[in-house]
Amino acid sequence: MASPSTRGAAIDLKSVSKHYGSFIALDKVSLGIKPGEFMTLLGPSGSGKTTTLNVIAGFTEVSSGSLDVGGKSVIGVPAHKRNIGVVFQHYALFPHMTVSRNVAYPLTLRGIANPDREARVRKALDMVKMADFGHRFPSELSGGQQQRVALARAIVFDPPLLLMDEPLGALDKKLREWLQLEIKRIHRELGTTFVYVTHDQEEALVLSDRIAVFNQGRIEQIGTGRQLYDEPETLFVGKFVGDSTILRGAASTSGNETAIDIEGRKVAAAKRLADGAKPVMLLRPEKLSLARRGKGGQGRNTLPGRIGEAIYLGSGSKYEVVLADTSKAIVRSSLDAETFAIGDEVDLVFAGSDVKLLADDENADFTLT
Amino acid sequence: MKQPGRILLGLYCLLVAVWLVAPTIVVVPMSFNDKKSLAFPPSGFSWQWYQNFFTNPEWSASLIGSLKVAVVTAVFATVIGTLAAFGLDRMKSRVSGVLRALLITPMVVPGVVLAVGIYAVYLDTRLVGTMTGFVLAHTMLAVPFVIIAVSASLEVFDKRLETAAASLGATRLTAFRTVTLPLIAPGILSGLLFAFVTSFDEIIVALFITSPYLKTLPVQIFSSITRDADPTVAAVGTLLFITTSLVIGAGLLICSRQGRR
Repeated sequence: MASPSTRGAAIDLKSVSKHYGSFIALDKVSLGIKPGEFMTLLGPSGSGKTTTLNVIAGFTEVSSGSLDVGGKSVIGVPAHKRNIGVVFQHYALFPHMTVSRNVAYPLTLRGIANPDREARVRKALDMVKMADFGHRFPSELSGGQQQRVALARAIVFDPPLLLMDEPLGALDKKLREWLQLEIKRIHRELGTTFVYVTHDQEEALVLSDRIAVFNQGRIEQIGTGRQLYDEPETLFVGKFVGDSTILRGAASTSGNETAIDIEGRKVAAAKRLADGAKPVMLLRPEKLSLARRGKGGQGRNTLPGRIGEAIYLGSGSKYEVVLADTSKAIVRSSLDAETFAIGDEVDLVFAGSDVKLLADDENADFTLT
Repeated sequence: MKQPGRILLGLYCLLVAVWLVAPTIVVVPMSFNDKKSLAFPPSGFSWQWYQNFFTNPEWSASLIGSLKVAVVTAVFATVIGTLAAFGLDRMKSRVSGVLRALLITPMVVPGVVLAVGIYAVYLDTRLVGTMTGFVLAHTMLAVPFVIIAVSASLEVFDKRLETAAASLGATRLTAFRTVTLPLIAPGILSGLLFAFVTSFDEIIVALFITSPYLKTLPVQIFSSITRDADPTVAAVGTLLFITTSLVIGAGLLICSRQGRR
């Protein structure tokens, strides 16, 4: 068996488009994935992330563009010849076969006979901690167990690339969190390239080396979780990854500073936006703090507001603050900070340097399903 | 307060049940008659009509003829019907609904109409009274049953399993053989049983295309009873009743077991 560092395949999508009639599912998507990388395709439903996965798997043919897996073009290569493991949201275990036979299936197709086959099945089931369930039928397993078997089946033939399409989408939160760690561990042990599709940004942050954020058939930004959170390049990324507060208003630029006017109060950010773009300001919850109206916040930006919702999180509190222009700000405060109740009049306090200045984008709205 | 209503409902159900089963039940005692008459109730008991059925070459020849036709028909109808159901299931266009209706028509068109048409064509093509003629006609009649049975199991079959099989390295044919076929097998099997039974007790078309050289059992029964009141008919009827009940029962059992999975 090859050493982990050489196991994964590189993937290179160049300007890949997919049209269904007049509907554009993918619009010139380019994405490079390094060997052994854990890449997550993140986006709301209908954003093109699953289409991208299906294109890599060979379930969907591209309309145009190029796709290389492991340095070779796979355009026109049928799915069964691509040697790529796929884990589906709906498990897709064969109900008429036992767990062992399910896992042995890809090996049988590859002409691998016993005792080698049996040994590899056991090893794969061991890896997902399902070794004691070999004789069971899928209908006798829970959702989480079925998905672990499906994972074993997808890795048993040592594919250089594993694709996962919302594999934990049908499971409850606790189980999901535990399986996320399991998937991370398996990725580390195998050294295979993983491409993971999810609409859950927290899941993406937990799992990924890098994340590609999809919206309306395009990639908005590719980067590490930290890059996406700290330095979003588009309004959509800022809103989709993590909580955020968006401030809109009449903008003015002077020198290297941009200011926007919110109900008569100027908020300044030490940045300039490309000419012509309408600026909006984005603030992360932990960059904001609250003070009772008129107390504190000297020398920094302050905006008046009223507490609309106060949520106790255990590790701190989360407040929704309704601003004068009825827009909402989300603030997270630590346990030892002053607490507020719904209806309290407060000032929203933040530093100009913490403001992200982004171009406004009417396509930045999304619905979660 | 509910009691009287319940009793009435029970009585009504019993009445319907008796009405449905009565003709069948009448035949059974008649087959044990000791005299050569179809009188009901029979005057005495004997096995002679069963004996006659198995020893008289006219009867056994027709039984063998029927079995041959039914077996070959069942195989052909199952293959054709399964492929048709599969094709209809995978068709994306709206034409599939029309096609399905078209393929089911032999079930809806009155038997006599079909029989006259088949007879006219067979006269020209010299298929009357031949094995080929019987199998062709009966296959046409049986295909709809197979289509319905197989379509029902394809409906509950999760096509995404084929996608999964492809990702694991299976060609379309291998995926069909190893995943689709085993999972829709109960549907195919019940289609096969229905096809067999359809052919085995088909009378209308058989009456038209029969010949002295090839007679099916229903034809033999019909000609026997129009010639004289031979209680062998009742014996055959009883045997057929038992056999078909067993076969259809098995079919239903398979279907219900599939439903539970």
